[in-house]
Amino acid sequence: MTALASVPLELILGQLVLGMINGAFYALLSLGLAVIFGMMNIINFAHGAFFMLGAFVAWLIGFPNTWLPMISPGLSVPPWLAVNFWGALIVAPLIVAAFALLLERIVIKRIYGLDPHLGLLLTFGMALVIEGIMRNAFGSTGNPYPVPPQLRGGFDAGILFIPYYRLFAVVAAFVICLGTWLVIEKTPIGARLRAATENPKLVLSFGVNVPRMIALTYAGGIMLAAAAGVLAAPIYSVNPSMGTNLVVIVFAVVVIGGMGSIMGSIATGFGLGIVEGLTKVFYPAASSTVIFIIMVVVLTTRPNGLFGKAR
Amino acid sequence: MSAIEMSGTALGALRKQRSRKGSWALRMAILTAVVAVAPLLLYPVFLIKVLCFALFACAFNLLVGFAGLMSFGHAAFFGMGSYISAWTAKEWGLTPELAVLAGGLVGTAMGAAFGWVAIRRQGIFFAMITLALAQMVYFFCLQAPFAGGEDGIQHVPRGRLLGLIPLDNDLAMYGFCAVVFLLGFAVIHRVVHSPFGQILKGIRENETRTASLGYDTAHYKLIAFIVSATFSAMAGGVKALAFGIATLTEVHAATSGHVVLMTLVGGMGTIFGPVVGAFVMTAMEQYLARFGSWVTVIQGLIFIFCVLAFRTGIVGEFNRWHGLWRARRDPAPAGAAPARKSSPSQHAGDAS
Repeated sequence: MTALASVPLELILGQLVLGMINGAFYALLSLGLAVIFGMMNIINFAHGAFFMLGAFVAWLIGFPNTWLPMISPGLSVPPWLAVNFWGALIVAPLIVAAFALLLERIVIKRIYGLDPHLGLLLTFGMALVIEGIMRNAFGSTGNPYPVPPQLRGGFDAGILFIPYYRLFAVVAAFVICLGTWLVIEKTPIGARLRAATENPKLVLSFGVNVPRMIALTYAGGIMLAAAAGVLAAPIYSVNPSMGTNLVVIVFAVVVIGGMGSIMGSIATGFGLGIVEGLTKVFYPAASSTVIFIIMVVVLTTRPNGLFGKAR
Repeated sequence: MSAIEMSGTALGALRKQRSRKGSWALRMAILTAVVAVAPLLLYPVFLIKVLCFALFACAFNLLVGFAGLMSFGHAAFFGMGSYISAWTAKEWGLTPELAVLAGGLVGTAMGAAFGWVAIRRQGIFFAMITLALAQMVYFFCLQAPFAGGEDGIQHVPRGRLLGLIPLDNDLAMYGFCAVVFLLGFAVIHRVVHSPFGQILKGIRENETRTASLGYDTAHYKLIAFIVSATFSAMAGGVKALAFGIATLTEVHAATSGHVVLMTLVGGMGTIFGPVVGAFVMTAMEQYLARFGSWVTVIQGLIFIFCVLAFRTGIVGEFNRWHGLWRARRDPAPAGAAPARKSSPSQHAGDAS
């Protein structure tokens, strides 16, 4: 590691922390994509749009008095109605998931059992509509979302300064991922879900309400994306296109990890975030493409992905 | 679709194939006539745009409509083709036909490389991989010095065709465009209606079965991918020369979505569908330009509408009605392939 000598250690560690954060979002989003795909056989192109909506809802319910006057001057609500970050972390994913459920019942359920390509096209159209509406309503410039007061500042780890919030985001994302894994692998509901993924007809014949389970799975996957959006709000500014580039990267992450295991998704997400962060240090020009390059390498050596089973 | 049904449709397709010998020449004649008459009715610049996108959509349709491979990254070829043609015309002073050819050749090479990677996975993964690869090309164009970053390559000269005929006149440029388009259309049409094309359709309907008949499906898919990439790049090249500019817009994922939408609206898996789709969408964009940022919302709504209620597209729908009308006019002779319910993938057959 001669390169280490020429690159300051704090730069490497700093990028490592940043990479962990991006990795946390990759993990949350690819987990949701994998869960939805396993259950519905649909690749949800609108996943990035729901991530963006999560961040936006957090901002909308957190700072109503910044945007209400835009609608009509003098319009405002009492400040105690504003929901702080901790509330938003719970409420925003629920709101976004309710909206997603509505779309699932009205639109997506019409293409179940048809060619999976249609799901991709349909959700792509949904992403265009959602993003376009948000851009028209709130413009393309970002809205800053302040770090919650309990997590301001940071600690000096000797060689670098780590903001508390970033550390919290990584840990929170990791906890959410683990919770999802526990629910799917260790609870009766999760067992039914896995069974329904394997053989929906058989599970239906046992008297399990499979359509409702599909809808709830979709809502769960979207909640993961929206929660990631809320966590991302204080780090990146909240803007309509924040999910677009992310979703393409997450697709690559899903291809690299394969969709065989939940732990695989989590490990791949975090791992690739870290690799991306380190690339920023050693060869910045490739930092935006390194994940895609890894995807090519993985595809040529292990076509089903690192953790994938042949489907 | 069951195997028995499948063999029935395959037989029907073959029978149709034989009964429609010479249809290629007829279709080409019709299309040539339309392309020749069009400038009398519409602006050449608008028509140039239509033809470029029509060739792009036809090339894309070869892959998705006839081989069942949904690429979500075709902007990579279209955009790279436009960059290469623009750059060679501007820096090396290549004549337009050579510049377009250069773009096409780069498209061929890229198609070979991307295809080699992407055909390792099927279905939905194929779409995700092509999208990711195209994103890689986008970042490359964003950073590569020759592509001019955010500005792109501007002030590209149209040059002289074969070094003789100046293309500065829009009508002359349209003529050049029309020739490239008709050539591309003819080649794609031939590919589709050849034994090779039959095998592609077999792969689309049931790849496992086609492989069990002894065809190396990966090989066929790769060739289809390369042909598709080549013509997509040429379409991009012509567009760059005609409008004198190559920018990041052409390489962006939105352009990949755009070509999917045009093909979907016109009719996937139909011969004329992509052309009709390109015309309709380009006309609509001109018309909706004043709505500015609402255009993406409208495009998204069209996507949703097409997937839910209009899967066969304009030409596919027309074919269906036409078929019903013909069936009513002369009832089917005994022994004809039974009418089938359309498969989920909704390919409207191979009629026009």
